[in-house]
Amino acid sequence: MSADPTQVLAFETDCHIFDGCGFPAPGLHSFLFEPLWGDGDSNLYFNKTMLLALLGSVIIVGFFWAAFRNPKVVPGKLQMVAESGYDFIRRGVVYETIGKRDGEKYVPFIVALFFFVWMMNLWSIIPVAQFPVTSIISYPAVLALLVYITWVTLTFKRHGVGGAFKNITGFDKSLGAVAYLAAFIELFSNLLVRPFTHAVRLFANMFAGHTLLLLFTIASWYLLNGIGIAYAGVSFVMVIVMTLFELFIQAVQAYVFVLLACTYIQGALAEHH
Amino acid sequence: MDPLVQLAAENPLIPPIPELVIGLIAFLIVFGFLAKKLLPNINKVLDERREAIEGGIEKADAAKTEAESVLEQYKAQLAEARHEAARLRQEATEQGTAIIAEMKAEGQRQREEIIAAGHAQIEADRKAAASALRQDVGKLATDLAGKLVGESLEDHARQSRTIDRFLDELDAKAEAAR
Repeated sequence: MSADPTQVLAFETDCHIFDGCGFPAPGLHSFLFEPLWGDGDSNLYFNKTMLLALLGSVIIVGFFWAAFRNPKVVPGKLQMVAESGYDFIRRGVVYETIGKRDGEKYVPFIVALFFFVWMMNLWSIIPVAQFPVTSIISYPAVLALLVYITWVTLTFKRHGVGGAFKNITGFDKSLGAVAYLAAFIELFSNLLVRPFTHAVRLFANMFAGHTLLLLFTIASWYLLNGIGIAYAGVSFVMVIVMTLFELFIQAVQAYVFVLLACTYIQGALAEHH
Repeated sequence: MDPLVQLAAENPLIPPIPELVIGLIAFLIVFGFLAKKLLPNINKVLDERREAIEGGIEKADAAKTEAESVLEQYKAQLAEARHEAARLRQEATEQGTAIIAEMKAEGQRQREEIIAAGHAQIEADRKAAASALRQDVGKLATDLAGKLVGESLEDHARQSRTIDRFLDELDAKAEAAR
C-alpha cells in the first residue's frame, strides 16, 4: 500500500529516467489530498475535493443565475445556451423516459443532477484544479443515494407495500416455483446492487480517466531525459488525446447517470411488468 | 488515525464521511437554486414564448382565412358582374335585332301603304278623269256634231276652220280649267 495522505503533488518533480529514479506511477495516493484545513486523521477536515465541489456548485448556480435570473421571451446568447442545456435534459432525457405527464415533477431534480455531475467531472481537465470530484466515491454515492431514496419511496407510495415488492421483484405466479428464485434475484439486484453500480459506474469511469491522464502526464515529464525525450513527445500527444477523450467521457457519464436515474423512476411509476 | 479514515484511505470504495456531507450540501445548493427560483423562472418565459408563437400563428391563420373569404367573395362578385354584363350585352343585341326587324317591318309596311295609297289615288284620278272625259267627250261630240250640222258641209275650208276653232276652244277651256 503506497497510499500516503501527506503527499501533496501526484509525483516528485525532480525525477527523470536514467537518473536512477524509478517511475513514480500514479496510484491510490493520487486521490488523497493533504487537508487545507483541519486534521486529516479525523473526520473533521476540508480538502481540495470539497473546495472543488462547493466551487462547482457556485459556478453552476452562477451560470444559471446569470442566464435565468431575468429571462426574456426573446433570449440573449447566455440564456439561449442555458435553455438548450435545460431543454436537452428536460425533453431528451426526462420526457423521453418518464413521459411528459409524470416526468414534469422530476425535471428540476434531474437537471440539477446532470449539471452537477457534469461540472464535477469537468474539474478533471480544468487547469489548476485538474481533479475529477466524482473520482472520490463519496460524491457519486451521495447522488446515487438521493436517486435511490427517490425511486424507492415513489414505488411504495405508488403501489403500496405489497405492490411495491411485486414491482421491484417482478414476482409472477405463473412462473411457478421459479418465481420465488427470480423474485429473490430481482430483489437483490434492484434493491442492493443497483444503487451500488449506479454510483460505482460514475466513480470508476472518472477514477480510471484521471489515472490515465496522470499516467501519461507523469510519463511525459519522467521521460524528459536523453533518448527518452522522443517517447516523452508520444506520451504528451497521448495526454492531449486523453484530455479530449475525457471531455467526451465526462459528458457521457453525466448523461448516463441521469438517464439511469430516470429509468429507475420510470420503473417505479410503471404498472406491473 | 480514525479507523474509518484509515479504511477510506486504503480502499477507494469506502466513502469518506466528510465528503459525503459536502457532496450533499453542494448538490442541494444547486438543486435548491434551480428548483425554487431559476427553473420556474425560465419555465414561465418558455410558456410565454410558446403562447406568443401560438398566438402569432393563430392570428396569421385568422388573417389568412379572412383574406381567403374576401378573395372568394370578390371572385364571386366578379363572376356575377361578368355574367350580368354578358346577359346585358346579349339582351341589348337581342333588343337591337328586334328593333331593326321591327323598323324594317314598319318601313316595309309604310312603303306598301304609300304605294297602295298612290295606286288608289292614281286609280281614283283615272276614274275621275275617265268619267270627266267621258262627259266632256260626249258633250264635245254633241257640240261638234251640232256645229257641223249647222254649217255647210261642202265647204271644206269652213269645215276645217270649224274644227280648228273647236280645237282652239278646247284648248282655251283646258287653259281655263287649269
